[in-house]
Amino acid sequence: MSPFWTLLARDLKLAARSGGGAALALSFFALVATLVPLGVGADLKLLSRIAGGILWVGAVLAALLSLDRLFQGDFEDGSLELIALSPLPLEMTALAKIAAHWLSTGAALTLLSPLLALLFNLAPYPTLVLFLSLLIGTPAVSAVGAIGASLTLSLKRGGLILPLIILPLLAPVVIFGAGAVAAVMDGFSPNGGLGLLAAFSLAAVLLSPFAAAASVRLNLGS
Amino acid sequence: MISSLTAEKLACARGERKLFEQLSFRVTAGQALAVEGANGAGKTSLLRMLAGFLSPAAGRIVLKIGDAQSDDAEERGRQVGWLGHHDGLKPQLTVREQLTFYAGLYAKPADAAVLDQVGLGRQADLPCRYLSAGQKRRLALARLLVSQRSLWLLDEPFAALDTAGQQLVAQLMARHCGAGGIIIAATHEPLGLSNESLKL
Repeated sequence: MSPFWTLLARDLKLAARSGGGAALALSFFALVATLVPLGVGADLKLLSRIAGGILWVGAVLAALLSLDRLFQGDFEDGSLELIALSPLPLEMTALAKIAAHWLSTGAALTLLSPLLALLFNLAPYPTLVLFLSLLIGTPAVSAVGAIGASLTLSLKRGGLILPLIILPLLAPVVIFGAGAVAAVMDGFSPNGGLGLLAAFSLAAVLLSPFAAAASVRLNLGS
Repeated sequence: MISSLTAEKLACARGERKLFEQLSFRVTAGQALAVEGANGAGKTSLLRMLAGFLSPAAGRIVLKIGDAQSDDAEERGRQVGWLGHHDGLKPQLTVREQLTFYAGLYAKPADAAVLDQVGLGRQADLPCRYLSAGQKRRLALARLLVSQRSLWLLDEPFAALDTAGQQLVAQLMARHCGAGGIIIAATHEPLGLSNESLKL
């Protein structure tokens, strides 16, 4: 196995064994999706109307829960120094960590979303668009989150600052993702929203490893 | 294999405070250098500088491999076997998994016999959270061996080890130098082998 896959496999193993990543994110997502209909009431039209926005915001906040540990654990126990000295460039290290975070959190949230859409009385086609939008958009959440996680690496209680840094950057993802679902409900094509979401996600996944690696490098030298 | 590592007029500052300046030394293949000094003198900072984590405030570090020489920090980092203050171990992984991970990361074969060498053969399937501080240090030594790097930078290599563990470290260091490797170790204790020393 190459160093990239070795790191990816280890991070997935750690996520599965520590139980704090996917399980916590999924529970949070499910709780948000359960509480909103209780708060809004039994107006099915209203619920299906706001489903896209609520589920997208819920997914982003759920993914945030484990983002602060993306580099932090390795930084604190000295693993990050050893990874930095390996043949794997730090940019590829960041990409492996983004991929592991997405597979353990974003993908799991995406798979759960059709079930939670039932609570909002969302019709099958908008549910499919919600699923697709999360599938396309959640990699951007992990990628942009990696920048925030690397910036707050050496800060005490950096996890509290992390949402303040990355949530504004994730506004386009929520707008395009929820917008695609809303477009379908209004009888329009979701392609525009999904296309913009894909473009944003692609750009985030391609560019964020460079930013995150630069920030990790600075933190290792501090 | 590295022929030599040369530090030329290095300076290190942490914030406003100058830790050292005009520091020069040369270590050749098969040599060990003990870096000594009081707490806060800059021993760890010097090792981090040599590993490429920290940039020197002045001066340069030149690594000679065969006839080629380079002062590129990343290139130097690819030659470094690092044993820092922290052991880089995950409590959720077993001893064997930990070693296999680092072998894969450094693109080297995971030689299980290394665990026997450091006295952890019987703990191979034990999660790292159950290891004592000394056993964790031994596993970090196993990781160092698996990385097969020729420039060892060791920060307090005897920390947390019992007498047998300290003898093991001395043996491993002697073997590494005997094979033409270079060791630079920050330590308060004698390395247990014939070495140069540098006082900060």
